[in-house]
Amino acid sequence: MTLLNAVIQGVFLGGLLALFAAGLSLLFGVMGVLNLAHGDIAIVAGYLAVALVPALHLPALWVFLIVVGVLMVCGYLVQRLIFQPSLESGHLTPLLVTLGMSVVIENLLLEIFTANGHSISIGTFTAGSVQVNPQISLSYLSVAILGTAVLALGAIQMGLSRTKLGRIVRAVADDRDAAQLVGVNYRHIFGLAAAVAFGTVALAGLSLTMYTSISPTSGPTYLIYGFEAVVIGGLGSLWGTLAGGVVLGIAVTVGVLISSNFGALAPHLVFLAVLAIRPQGFFPRRVTT
Amino acid sequence: MTGSGEQLLLEVDTLTVKHAQLTAVSEVSLGVPAGSVFAVIGANGAGKSTLLGAIAGLNRPSGGRIILEGQDITRLSCPKRVELGVSLVPEGRRLFPSLTVEENILTGAYRARPGRWNLSRIYEMFPWMPGRRRQSAAQLSGGEQHAVAIARALMANPRILLIDELSLGLAPIVVRGIYASLPALLESGLTVMLVEQDVAQACSVASRIQCLLEGRTTLVGGPTEFTTAEIEAAYFGMSAAAPAGAAS
Repeated sequence: MTLLNAVIQGVFLGGLLALFAAGLSLLFGVMGVLNLAHGDIAIVAGYLAVALVPALHLPALWVFLIVVGVLMVCGYLVQRLIFQPSLESGHLTPLLVTLGMSVVIENLLLEIFTANGHSISIGTFTAGSVQVNPQISLSYLSVAILGTAVLALGAIQMGLSRTKLGRIVRAVADDRDAAQLVGVNYRHIFGLAAAVAFGTVALAGLSLTMYTSISPTSGPTYLIYGFEAVVIGGLGSLWGTLAGGVVLGIAVTVGVLISSNFGALAPHLVFLAVLAIRPQGFFPRRVTT
Repeated sequence: MTGSGEQLLLEVDTLTVKHAQLTAVSEVSLGVPAGSVFAVIGANGAGKSTLLGAIAGLNRPSGGRIILEGQDITRLSCPKRVELGVSLVPEGRRLFPSLTVEENILTGAYRARPGRWNLSRIYEMFPWMPGRRRQSAAQLSGGEQHAVAIARALMANPRILLIDELSLGLAPIVVRGIYASLPALLESGLTVMLVEQDVAQACSVASRIQCLLEGRTTLVGGPTEFTTAEIEAAYFGMSAAAPAGAAS
């Protein structure tokens, strides 16, 4: 029964990891760029909420919407002003630029918020839970986070496959010069993709800040989890990313069951095992839709 | 340059395009009359595709001007030129492989001008397409892909359609089929500028040909104004008397 509980908790943790991975997967799919500051951006969103919740006297949910909105605007601007110029100067440059951005963000956060952990509590909701049976209880927060992850990934997936804009995004991902020839300013499309990526990772950061506590250097840990979720799921498949997150989440919670230190190692071992056995991931994107 | 009072839709004035150190197009001028088929011919590496790419906005010229109906478009981005009515069917088709046939065609409507072309008109023109609209574009044959690429370009309702290397890698019967659809395009008021290595094919459809050799114009005029020998000489860059094969 404790094993079952660990697996169930792992599934819910997987929702959080998938939220981290979604934006990473989207940006990699559309631009072929790995954003090394992705985890730090989530932490920025978390700290923004930490600062704004007491300051704004608004219901927490409104503050979260504001934070996500602000991060989406930042995503568009960062893409157009910082990432885009780096994209145009070679394959290695974007990696260096995003790595640099990661360092800058972490140090700025240290400067402003100190190295102490911070968390947001929105009262009964973050603490409440539903008792399924004597061994298994689900916190409202975990359920809400998994629900958010499914909705966010579903919305991105549907948007990409069913809408006019999604079609253009896929076209740009395929061949950006050919997309220019049908009148698409691909830089604008990259900006929109970055806005969505920043928005989803903001959701991840907010979730994390409620789920546990964050410190200025929490980002890279979750960048790794996100990256592993993307690879396990298969590049370019958003539902695969969710599955990858769930696999990692279960590895964490079952790992903790074996030994409390093993919880941190187990997901990385699972990742290595998947890389060895099935390097293309479990749901690689099919060429046909 | 055209020698008559025809209305020019597109003018290129002493255009020079460089790829790094190499000058691919050197001071080329041309005028495309509205409603005509204009063919650029020349051997491999003559600068034809570069010229077309520069007109579409893919390569930046280092000198000269490109004028569309009196408006200087030399400095405009590729998407802006699509909005003004310049559409290129690129070399190698460049379809989006992860999109279906229909999705590929629909991307062409992203910044479409108002005009006659829409999905149902396209499907009238290429009757095989509706039955295969859900297939991946990557599964089509070369000729079918070319038709989809033309359909995609038409969806933008261009004033001038630029077609690069139609014959390259396609079976002659497929090429004839696509050329057979050109009169229907011209009827809709479209102007077509195409790049072609196959001189006979170009001469049969174009009302005007211009031959490039190493980035420079060597011959320009109506296809009937020249003898085969004159065209060969311009194409290979040698006196008409010398054997044609020696220069390739």
